[in-house]
Amino acid sequence: MADRDAPPRWDRGMQQRLARGEAAALGELYDRFGSLVHGLAHRVLGDEKAADSITGEVFTHVWQHPDAYDPRQGPLRSWVAALTHRLAVQRLRTTETAALVRGGGGSAEELEGRVRRASVAARADYIVHSMPAPLRAALELAYFQRHDYRRTAARLGVTEDEARRRLRLGLQLLSTAHDAAVLGVPPEHGGAA
Amino acid sequence: MSGAGPYEEGDGHFEEGGGGDGKNGNEEHGDPGRSPRIPMPRVSVEDSGLPLPTPEQPDKSSAITQLAEPTEPSARPESKGRTVLEHHVLKSLLGAWALAACSAEETAAVEEHLGECGGCAEEALRLRDAVGLLHRPESLDLDPGLRTRVLASCLQRRPPRFPVPDWAAPYDAETARLDALLQDIGDSEWDAPVRLRWFDGEDAASRRTTVAGVIAHLTSVDGLIAVALGLDDPLGDAADGTGDGAGPTPEARTEAYWRSAHLPRAGSVRMPWREQTHALVRTVSVAGGVGGAGETDTDGSDATPDAPPAVSYGDFELPLRDALLDRAFECWIHAEDIAEAVDYPYEPPAPRHLRGMIDLAARMLPGMLAVRRRAGLASPARTRHLVAAGRPGRSLRLEIEGLAGGEWLIPLDSPGAVGSAEHEVAHVALDGVEFCRLAAGHIAPREAAVGQVGDREAIRDVLYAAASLSRM
Repeated sequence: MADRDAPPRWDRGMQQRLARGEAAALGELYDRFGSLVHGLAHRVLGDEKAADSITGEVFTHVWQHPDAYDPRQGPLRSWVAALTHRLAVQRLRTTETAALVRGGGGSAEELEGRVRRASVAARADYIVHSMPAPLRAALELAYFQRHDYRRTAARLGVTEDEARRRLRLGLQLLSTAHDAAVLGVPPEHGGAA
Repeated sequence: MSGAGPYEEGDGHFEEGGGGDGKNGNEEHGDPGRSPRIPMPRVSVEDSGLPLPTPEQPDKSSAITQLAEPTEPSARPESKGRTVLEHHVLKSLLGAWALAACSAEETAAVEEHLGECGGCAEEALRLRDAVGLLHRPESLDLDPGLRTRVLASCLQRRPPRFPVPDWAAPYDAETARLDALLQDIGDSEWDAPVRLRWFDGEDAASRRTTVAGVIAHLTSVDGLIAVALGLDDPLGDAADGTGDGAGPTPEARTEAYWRSAHLPRAGSVRMPWREQTHALVRTVSVAGGVGGAGETDTDGSDATPDAPPAVSYGDFELPLRDALLDRAFECWIHAEDIAEAVDYPYEPPAPRHLRGMIDLAARMLPGMLAVRRRAGLASPARTRHLVAAGRPGRSLRLEIEGLAGGEWLIPLDSPGAVGSAEHEVAHVALDGVEFCRLAAGHIAPREAAVGQVGDREAIRDVLYAAASLSRM
């Protein structure tokens, strides 16, 4: 992904242009992150309309509060992803709670379970999306195309050792999707937008 | 509002993760001294369509443990001449094992090892669990209308200080639509053959290229506007010698770019194209506003011309606004070429944008009629006296149907004349998209589905002139 290699300078410049009120910058922001935002929201919410709506909320928030992003704290991309995650999980919890109150099936515990699973799945997507391309390519070959690691190595033009290393490292990265289960995000932290 | 945990870019240490498996919420189970639960290797989950088996099912894993242990209860594998793998090799295999991407011997060796080594078993469990998080990325075609809606809603809540001008909106929208298509196509599809088609004045013409070649074509012709705005020319020094005094034509620039060393290969043509489209929209948006806009962008440009420049196409010029509209039109037409080549659906532009494109073509028709007349390709003017500029002249009524529709009176005898209902000699009616395909040279003039009444020669001349607006 070219996004990944974009210099932090792009992030700062984008923020300045948004702050200055440049509509063209908003369009570029959408072009760069729109599918990421929509994809994450969709993974959490499992619903096209809801994902559309979260996408609107995320960009509205960034456009209205460009200064909320602090470039010193990391890439804009990560910040946008975290914002999306927070808003989507918040939405999921709200709608699931409403369903619970209306007497739909399930317990509060099950609700939390669903929220946590959706949350982990979205983080996993983001991790795959953002991991170094060589790791992603190795996982793609071994998992989706079902090559063993020797063929994966051959396809990638690397040693078998290297292929094993990439597969292991890729999965290690992916497994961190579970680690921040705290990101089930209590509503008070989700009140950003 | 700090970026939370996993959304921060990858940090370092994954070797010794204390593997919460996230399913039972028990962070403490990983005592390496205790006999670990061994996960199953991956079975063909994609065949079953079911979620992956939960690794920590005690019955299955203990079964494996028992299978693994009794075979070699005490003896080291090497004593029986079986696959001998050192600990560090076995450890390096864990990822491949979790993905079921090892040989049968290696799988057996790893599984045996897992019964003996708590550290590896712990990691195996974690990696096995991670495999369950892999999803084929959903190829959700992001509705292009969503971009429009989201941006409009943002701009309503906080009006921009530098809006994208209305006349640049079609270009902004069409380039975004094409980019969304490009984002979805696979690496191999960049080499899919595409035939560029146009009408050379007398006949259909075409040129073979690839999807990547089409994007290079768009980049090189959009570059005419970049140059007019004082931005970098994507052709670099390849632009030299493509023009004969009057400046290079789109075709000459495209051929030069295709030949040039600057041409990025396959999918890598996308970024330069996209960056240029963004730079163009941005430049026309902030032009006339504050200077120094370039400080924030990668191209370092800060062109803020006082008056909008005209854009030279070599043998003719268009005002900046019309040039951008023309490029929006070309972007759509070529996006359709690409979509057809890679078998994707592609819709026409939004009606208000389509209407602008039709209007531009209608305004260019009188000039094209004159060019064709001079070349002997259209019937001579049939006025008894010359029509003075600004005076009403013999006209054809062009009626465009559909949401983008409208009516235009095309003066037939002189580009300077004014279309006039009183002097109407013919009337043609056709669908807006059909008209655009005609003007793109994708439909031959005699094959266009046209309702017509009146002077047949005038109708023929106008339809041929419309097709002649196309170029490579």
